Amino acid sequence: MMTIKLKIDKQDIEVPEGTTILEAARMLGIRIPTLCHHEALKPYGACRICLVEVRAGTARASTLVASCVFPVRQGLEVTTDSDEIREVRAGLLELLLARCPGSRQIRELAGEFGVHETPYTPRDHLCILCGLCVRVCDEIVGARAIDFSFRGQALDVKPPLLTPAGTCIACGTCTTVCPTEAVKLEEIARVPYGHAVSETHPGERCRVCGTHPTKPEFPANYDDWFPK
Amino acid sequence: MKTCRTHLLLCAGTGCVSNGAFEVMRSLEEEIKRHNLTEEVSIVATGCNGFCERGPTMVVQPDGIFYQRLTVDKVPHLVEEHFLKGRPVKELMYTEAKGRPPVPRMNDIEFFRHQVLIALRNRGRIDPEKIDEYIANDGYAGLARILKEMSPEEVISQIKKSGLRGRGGAGFPTGMKWEFARRSAADLKYIVCNADEGDPGAFMDRSILEADPHSVLEGMLIGAYAIGASRGFIYIREEYPLAVERIKRAIRAAEEYGLLGERIFGAAFDFSLRVVRGAGAFVCGEETALMASIEGKMGRPRPRPPFPAESGLWGCPTNINNVETWSNVPVIILRGADWYSSIGTPSSKGTKVFSVVGKVENTGLVEVPMGITLRKIIFDIGGGIPGGKRFKAVQTGGPSGGCIPENKLDLEVDYEQLAEAGAIMGSGGLIVMDEDTCMVDLARYFLAFLEDESCGKCVPCREGLQRMHEILDDITEGRGTMDHLVLLERLANTVKKASLCALGSTAPNPVLTTLRYFRDEYESHINEGRCPAGVCKALIRFSIDPEACTGCTACRKVCPTDCIAGERKQPHKIDPDRCIKCGACHEVCKFNAVRKT
Ligand SMILES: Cc1cc2nc3c(=O)[nH]c(=O)nc-3n(C[C@H](O)[C@H](O)[C@H](O)COP(=O)(O)O)c2cc1C
Ligand code: SF4
Ligand code: SF4
Ligand code: SF4
Ligand code: FES
Repeated sequence: MMTIKLKIDKQDIEVPEGTTILEAARMLGIRIPTLCHHEALKPYGACRICLVEVRAGTARASTLVASCVFPVRQGLEVTTDSDEIREVRAGLLELLLARCPGSRQIRELAGEFGVHETPYTPRDHLCILCGLCVRVCDEIVGARAIDFSFRGQALDVKPPLLTPAGTCIACGTCTTVCPTEAVKLEEIARVPYGHAVSETHPGERCRVCGTHPTKPEFPANYDDWFPK
Repeated sequence: MKTCRTHLLLCAGTGCVSNGAFEVMRSLEEEIKRHNLTEEVSIVATGCNGFCERGPTMVVQPDGIFYQRLTVDKVPHLVEEHFLKGRPVKELMYTEAKGRPPVPRMNDIEFFRHQVLIALRNRGRIDPEKIDEYIANDGYAGLARILKEMSPEEVISQIKKSGLRGRGGAGFPTGMKWEFARRSAADLKYIVCNADEGDPGAFMDRSILEADPHSVLEGMLIGAYAIGASRGFIYIREEYPLAVERIKRAIRAAEEYGLLGERIFGAAFDFSLRVVRGAGAFVCGEETALMASIEGKMGRPRPRPPFPAESGLWGCPTNINNVETWSNVPVIILRGADWYSSIGTPSSKGTKVFSVVGKVENTGLVEVPMGITLRKIIFDIGGGIPGGKRFKAVQTGGPSGGCIPENKLDLEVDYEQLAEAGAIMGSGGLIVMDEDTCMVDLARYFLAFLEDESCGKCVPCREGLQRMHEILDDITEGRGTMDHLVLLERLANTVKKASLCALGSTAPNPVLTTLRYFRDEYESHINEGRCPAGVCKALIRFSIDPEACTGCTACRKVCPTDCIAGERKQPHKIDPDRCIKCGACHEVCKFNAVRKT
């Protein structure tokens, strides 16, 4: 396999072709904030928090790219922190804070970039529409029990075609990947219900482990099921 | 084609058809029959010839007489006078202004005189539904030449040398794009024609597909040969039924002639084409969203790289070009790269089709060489601003383009010059505005369109456009502060820099350019609570000047909320609390007594 040499924050690194800038930066121990990225999932690039500056070869001007989706290129010079990057990230966090003023995670990240309040009229969402739950349910669980509906401002996470698909196995994976704790599982009359943000739909028997999720010891917190 | 004395080239583009072109055609046929002229006069239904404002239009060949605003009742007189007695009818000719002499010949009309037709070379000249007419006008000769004489690499080097750049918006060099696709090794490659044309007011692609569908097919065939693609799609807007029908008919005809299919012209070159109808969203015109849509997925953009040339439709190398780009290709092959690159500016070669709309005398479709000034397009070809009003600005590049003010009208139109002015070439929409346009309201209008069309995937575009809209609402409704302006500019830059696709990254252009060129208007709204153009309802007030009012009661009668009071022959008064600012009183008053402030 071909390897690619590049510079991140003035440090040289050589990585296999196809590596993203984010992955390469992490190998160097450089932290780039992310919201919609997950190592187990395909690149998506929607929250834009992970923007970094890249400059190729002889080009004088640099451009901002999402590091989680941008594949490394030979001779690339990457800067992961600069006034411009901080300003754009702060601008994005002002928007997210206005969308989800109640989210602890967003408030904390915003604080890191000096954003403690938002100049816009706050709304009361928790979900930032990062799509992690939708993608994990599709790519990893294979249940495709939730999907995006509508577009633009109306974009929302719902069961596909707005009808409970009956394919949710109440595995809770969506709740563990959600960066803002917006998606929850809940037991109603001993049946676990996946709250795909704004729709509630009953779970079914898990086809992998065969356990019926309605069994009495159904834990309140699915985090307990995952290795620490 | 039979040999007739006279050919009537009647425009059957969407504009003329909606103004009754087919009725006129039927009536022409009847009258010609009645006078026993069928052997001498033939009628050809052509595609749009661009002067939609004056439709239905017709050109009489060989003498080139141009008739406009034809109606069924004028046909008998026309046929008798011109085609029987040989006396062209002055009343149906074009005049530049009332009282000016008519201009009989098409090529002498200002609207047509400055145009250079390459992409639209066959418009108004051939019957788009007949492949033979296309072939008779050098059609498919470019394809024949490359298949006989040129290697794919030579084709690409010709296109590169010609300087052709994509006409769909970004202006990426076409030859370079083809080269990337050529170099991607794969068994299966695709070619796509982007005919989504979602910009409101733009209709050049529709017009090309309607007037000359084979030019697009031939361009795609040449491109397919060059990059080594064997399958193609034409992604066309659902709202273009006539264009869909014509392109499908053209594909069938090309298949019958062996121009599509296997071993085209006996060469080792197979290519087949399918038409896909768009789902109606503006964002589906963006190439990655378009490909998702063809694959049957939700039409949402994805990050690039990988570019379509590396991984496009179903993971195969794919080359996407715009309709107008494709239709330029055959002529370049036939007439040579040097000829093509002799037209235009150093960075932008050839011509560009613009749809000129808004407050301009001659609205329509024009093809002009790159480097022409905006002034020439608007004032010479477009005939200037109607009603003696003053020009204020022109928005180039559709809703996500920029507003260019009067002092930049001498700018020579090309990709770089427009970008320098903060605007874009986009697909070639030109919206002309006069003094009655409020630039803040205008920015809000375009923003609202893009906010509606945002796919919602990425944060800056979904959340940012919404907030920019809110700020503009505040300013136009009288709640604006100078802090708003600072925030607006900062937010516009965040959206521009951070958005995933070009919908988001170009959406702030109208705001940024109006802030750059018309900042005083924003400041009037904020500091003086005044809308200088008298557009923003919250900031205007209607009142009646008691001195001028004659008490004629006209205003009282038209007011929809009955908020005007007053006795006959006594000065009237408006109740400002109930006034909804519709302006009806202002329009109806003959004594100029209703004041708008
Ligand atoms: C929001 C958006 C809408 C677009 N709509 C169109 C369109 O309607 N037609 C088009 O040809 N290109 C459109 N484009 C540009 C395409 O993404 C692509 O660049 C173009 O089809 C490439 O062809 P070209 O190189 O011949 O210009 C759009 C881009 C964006 C971001
Ligand atoms: S709990 Fe249901 S919706 Fe969530 S990931 Fe598992 S199957 Fe999908
Ligand atoms: S519910 Fe959570 S994981 Fe799903 S889109 Fe919203 S924020 Fe992302
Ligand atoms: S910029 Fe707008 S249209 Fe493009 S991906 Fe982001 S949200 Fe969707
Ligand atoms: S983490 Fe890269 S765009 Fe969201």
